[in-house]
Amino acid sequence: MGAALENAIPFAVTHELIRQGFQNLNMVAPISDISTDMLIGAGCVKTVTGAWVGNVSGGMGHNYRRAAEKGIPNTITINDYSNFSIGMAFFAGAYGLPYIPVKSILGSDITKSNSSIKMATNPFSDEYEPVALVPALKPDIAFLVVQRSDRFGNSHIWGSTGLTQEASIAAEKIIVLADEIVEPEVIASDPGRVLIPGFGVNAVCHVPAACHPSPLIGRWKRDNDFFHDYHKETRDPAGFENWCDQWIRHLPDHEAYRTKLGDRLETLRIIGDAPSAPANYAAE
Amino acid sequence: MPENYSTQELMIIAAAREINDYERIFVGMRLPITAYGVARLTHAPNAVGLFESGVSRYEPAKDMLYTMCDGPNQLGAAWTTGLIQIMGLLSGGRVHAGFIGGAEIDRYGNINTSYIGDSDNPDVKLPGSGGAPDIASMAERLIIIMNHEKHRLVEKVDYITSPGFLGGGNERKMAGLSGGGPAVVITDRAILRPYGPKNELHLAAYHPNHTVQEILKNTGWDLKSIPDVHETASPTKVELEALHQIDKDGFWRN
Repeated sequence: MGAALENAIPFAVTHELIRQGFQNLNMVAPISDISTDMLIGAGCVKTVTGAWVGNVSGGMGHNYRRAAEKGIPNTITINDYSNFSIGMAFFAGAYGLPYIPVKSILGSDITKSNSSIKMATNPFSDEYEPVALVPALKPDIAFLVVQRSDRFGNSHIWGSTGLTQEASIAAEKIIVLADEIVEPEVIASDPGRVLIPGFGVNAVCHVPAACHPSPLIGRWKRDNDFFHDYHKETRDPAGFENWCDQWIRHLPDHEAYRTKLGDRLETLRIIGDAPSAPANYAAE
Repeated sequence: MPENYSTQELMIIAAAREINDYERIFVGMRLPITAYGVARLTHAPNAVGLFESGVSRYEPAKDMLYTMCDGPNQLGAAWTTGLIQIMGLLSGGRVHAGFIGGAEIDRYGNINTSYIGDSDNPDVKLPGSGGAPDIASMAERLIIIMNHEKHRLVEKVDYITSPGFLGGGNERKMAGLSGGGPAVVITDRAILRPYGPKNELHLAAYHPNHTVQEILKNTGWDLKSIPDVHETASPTKVELEALHQIDKDGFWRN
């Protein structure tokens, strides 16, 4: 969850995992902003596999700190990666390689604190040339927020995509959260903008603003105050419980969440127009 | 001399001077992106900005950014793509310099953003690496921005998230790191640079109104000076005008 980094984070899924009381999850994501911190605070997480967990606007994630430092609400295991090395681990997972050599974590203690990473030398070189071997990562499920999809899951995404492509191919199952459902002809009119083809998708959910408070390019702005408020209100476990009840547990679904946001959500809706030029796919 | 700039503005302009024309630069949010904008408006109009989420830009975004993934950073970008495509430029040796910050740095420029104390049982769990180790290990030059406090500039970091010169000397090269490592550390008191055979960070310049003695007192190791240590050059009129053009609201002015 959060393969795109700081945009298109599937917070609607974060809420539902908390509401349904999932436990012992392994959250695999490079960054995913406060999504992982919420899941840790709600006791859903056993393992964090990623490069960064915190609050991009506020700094540190209080729940992440409490769990890592004091085992509150439960102890967690942290598998450290850098952004590029977790990306290459997805790449290996996506394309059926058991592992992949990476040079960009050499010299970092990530190679020590993450026991799954092994050191080796380039077998094609006569001289010692160290490489770090990173095992393939294949998440069970990838939740991906997209701007528009048809009912078969053929999805258009635009803007920066982080590791969306690699994570989606590496995952066993793909669940798409579409901001808008369109007719298949709309998607087929521009196959070059398809990042996720429908044949790999297991489910499509129409969830407007599933990304809130993270942004979705051309659809929703970042709700920066929401991140700051979360940071202030979750400083202690009781504060988090209160926040979580108010914004997640006491709401039945994402529709109720959007209703609760009300006008605030409307001010985040992008209303400007900056369309790209059409591409001509005519064959003759 | 009457001062017409803040410490943060001096830091931004010192950082901008580290960027050369036509270079590809990994840019972070806040201070680094402002420095990149100043460099583009002054001596480096052809510099290219890279953002690890998968964005490359020529001109910096016009509107305020909270994160690199925000809409204004994508509108009018040179390239929006994936993380592997952008960070692969680093791995392929095609990036000249990158900015990073950190909670702790040591005398050899190693940076910690992961754990204070033991990584198995930490006193403080910091957010982690993000893409910093990738940038630190593979950019040709690393530009580091830090607050200059004794508990941040330490003898030895608890955990090396992003490698500097490791144990000093040629250890970095021996570890297989292709990038050149820290070129400069810009703090709110001074500018440090690696110097001598051990590549130890030395005091290269002290900011106006700061003394060498005060800087030593706020550094966690016995900081030595390079032979021609001097006062940091004040911002020029052109540099300040460029900064004010970007920072219209005066965010960096106090």
